[in-house]
Amino acid sequence: MTSADVYNNQVVKQFAVMTVVWGIVGMLVGVFIAAQMAWPALNFDIPWLTFGRLRPLHTNAVIFAFGGSALFATSYHVVQRTCGVRLISDKLAAFTFWGWQLIIVSAAITLPLGITTSKEYAELEWPIDLLITVVWVVYAIVFFGTIAIRKIPHIYVANWFFGGFILTVAVLHVVNSAALPVSLWKSYSVFSGVQDAMVQWWYGHNAVGFFLTAGFLGIMYYFIPKQAERPVYSYRLSVVHFWALAFTYIWAGPHHLHYTALPDWAQSLGMVFSLILLAPSWGGMINGIMTLSGAWEKLRTDPILKFLIVSVSFYGMSTFEGPMMSIKTVNALSHYTDWTIGHVHSGALGWVGFISIGAMYYLIPRLFNRELYSLKLVETHFWIATVGIVLYITAMWISGIMQGLMWRAVNPDGTLTYSFVESVQAMHPYYVVRFVGGLLYLSGMLIMAYNIARTIAGHAPVRSVAAHPA
Amino acid sequence: MADFVSEFWNWFIIIPTLVGILVWFPLIYMNKGSKTPGEAEKTGHIWDDDLEEYNNPLPGWWLNMFVITLVFGLVYLILYPGLGTFQGMLGWSSKGQYEEQVKAADETFGPIFDKYAAIDIKTLAQDADALNTGERLFANYCSVCHGSDARGAKGYPNLRDGDWLYGGEPEQIKTSILQGRKGVMPPWQDALGDNGVLDVTEYTLSLSGRDHNADAAARGKVHFDTLCAACHQPDGSGNHALGAPNLTDRIWLYGGSKESVMESVAKGRAGDMPAHQEFLGEPRVHILSAYVYSLSQELEHE
Repeated sequence: MTSADVYNNQVVKQFAVMTVVWGIVGMLVGVFIAAQMAWPALNFDIPWLTFGRLRPLHTNAVIFAFGGSALFATSYHVVQRTCGVRLISDKLAAFTFWGWQLIIVSAAITLPLGITTSKEYAELEWPIDLLITVVWVVYAIVFFGTIAIRKIPHIYVANWFFGGFILTVAVLHVVNSAALPVSLWKSYSVFSGVQDAMVQWWYGHNAVGFFLTAGFLGIMYYFIPKQAERPVYSYRLSVVHFWALAFTYIWAGPHHLHYTALPDWAQSLGMVFSLILLAPSWGGMINGIMTLSGAWEKLRTDPILKFLIVSVSFYGMSTFEGPMMSIKTVNALSHYTDWTIGHVHSGALGWVGFISIGAMYYLIPRLFNRELYSLKLVETHFWIATVGIVLYITAMWISGIMQGLMWRAVNPDGTLTYSFVESVQAMHPYYVVRFVGGLLYLSGMLIMAYNIARTIAGHAPVRSVAAHPA
Repeated sequence: MADFVSEFWNWFIIIPTLVGILVWFPLIYMNKGSKTPGEAEKTGHIWDDDLEEYNNPLPGWWLNMFVITLVFGLVYLILYPGLGTFQGMLGWSSKGQYEEQVKAADETFGPIFDKYAAIDIKTLAQDADALNTGERLFANYCSVCHGSDARGAKGYPNLRDGDWLYGGEPEQIKTSILQGRKGVMPPWQDALGDNGVLDVTEYTLSLSGRDHNADAAARGKVHFDTLCAACHQPDGSGNHALGAPNLTDRIWLYGGSKESVMESVAKGRAGDMPAHQEFLGEPRVHILSAYVYSLSQELEHE
């Protein structure tokens, strides 16, 4: 009996391939708007090519299309393999695939048309929000239903993280998207004023915490031990940091609203819990990296493991940077600057991007029962993407801190030393460097697409199952 | 603090916050594990052929870091607002911090501006230090509309061309900045119809000696004298008291193409210069006025 008889590999294959496709689309839009920041004429005075409309398209495409497809693919794969059963329903699983693709295409049409709720990372209008809700509920049914019929009594740690991510995102999405429709493509949030801002960032920060962190930790907990062929470092650490992470993240949203109309007490709580979040976050990093203890030499030769481990290193770096930026005095400098953009991208490109890429390099050859076409190209991809990230985040650190310092520089007469446009002008070289960094990262994805396409098309030998227990 | 409508919500914040921090002390120490790293055995579970878990203890440095952040959080919430209505022992508030900083800035910088406030604008416009200050104020507060070079943009007057909607004398400039200005050109499409709008446009072009259709302009003059002259004056030279632009000088606030002028006549225009008295205070506006005045003086020297 082959694995295809036991498991639903079809939906995993579909989501895995679309992960690569949407990754390229989302990053291409990102590179284009990065170029617009350096050379604004690139919007060509065409409304739907302007930064304001393409930026939400970029964020939605990379988070929900690329990241979302990666999460669907890996969670469906992992839940089947670690429960020892097929997904509870092939039809419902197929529904989540086609539903999710429809949502992505709707986003790609409506956002450039300027149809938006203007809520960051929740820009899609109410009809699409309803579709998201339906698809998500079905996703939860498939995932938890499969857990319920499992043949292995203990639930593997990756599934806790996937489960936590699915549940919390459902709650976040429904509450934050609550709105009163006034026409087919226009609605108004049911919250107003500072409460709307607070709900928005409770959602926004936990989209980071549960979609982009808990979900991807689920990926980490399966693919690192698999690729390294080593046991997870510490079960008890995984228990403690899972609950600490889930409990603490949910409080941290107010740090996006420091020094605003949000009451002081809420700002303080946001900051305190963001700092407490450091250790729970690092618990995941320790478990990822220490899983390799006793097998460090594999890092020298295995580019897929490089992706996975460097990803966890970026995770550790971003989750140190985040709590630091939540400190009010630091935030007073960093807020509204490119530093935030750099922080987000060290998490997005380094952590989320690399763990997904590593997981896809592991997964896709096994799904299609082929050896990977070229490990050398994976190595090339790894180095190009790493250089890209380093250029991107260092450019944004420098320009962000420079922006913050320029905005607060004061002359002896109390006037501001720099006008806003002077700070914009000073950003230009760093915007060019950021564009180059993004372009490198995108180039890496194109190399990946070629490698994967050759693998699927059968230009690589059939996998010898004995040598690689899948 | 009026954030809470009843005591219930106050405790609804305080209790979960404190429990949420304190609960981790027993939880992490109960789950710490006693073995030294590397000696721990596996949990005994196997998934997907070969997935296993060691049960290593929680790393000591990690535990210490966790405890430090928890203790920091508790201390912070004792010192600063966070636990419901409790203000914190330092009595800090963001409003208080803001007021303190403004007060300190006023004490430091106030005398500089007070000194200038006593000097009249024309004299101040000769003072290089004052003009430097004025230029920086202009760059931060005015350039967004009037441009970094003060040459304006469509709908935003050029401040260097010697042409003034509300007058270019120092006190007139200062009044514009302090109190703001609302320019209102009403729409005439309904009153004039398409032909009327076209005729008035031709006449308007003729006022500054531009190419125009003489017949249409003659018809337009009749409308102009009854409808437009009240604000723009019978000769089209405008009126500073109303902010009605001079139509004879070939300077066009909303564009000088025939289409733009037609649009102004048909649909009207609304200009809005915001008031800055509350925002900047009179002493800063005084220096800004001197700076803007100096720009128009440059022109005359050129």
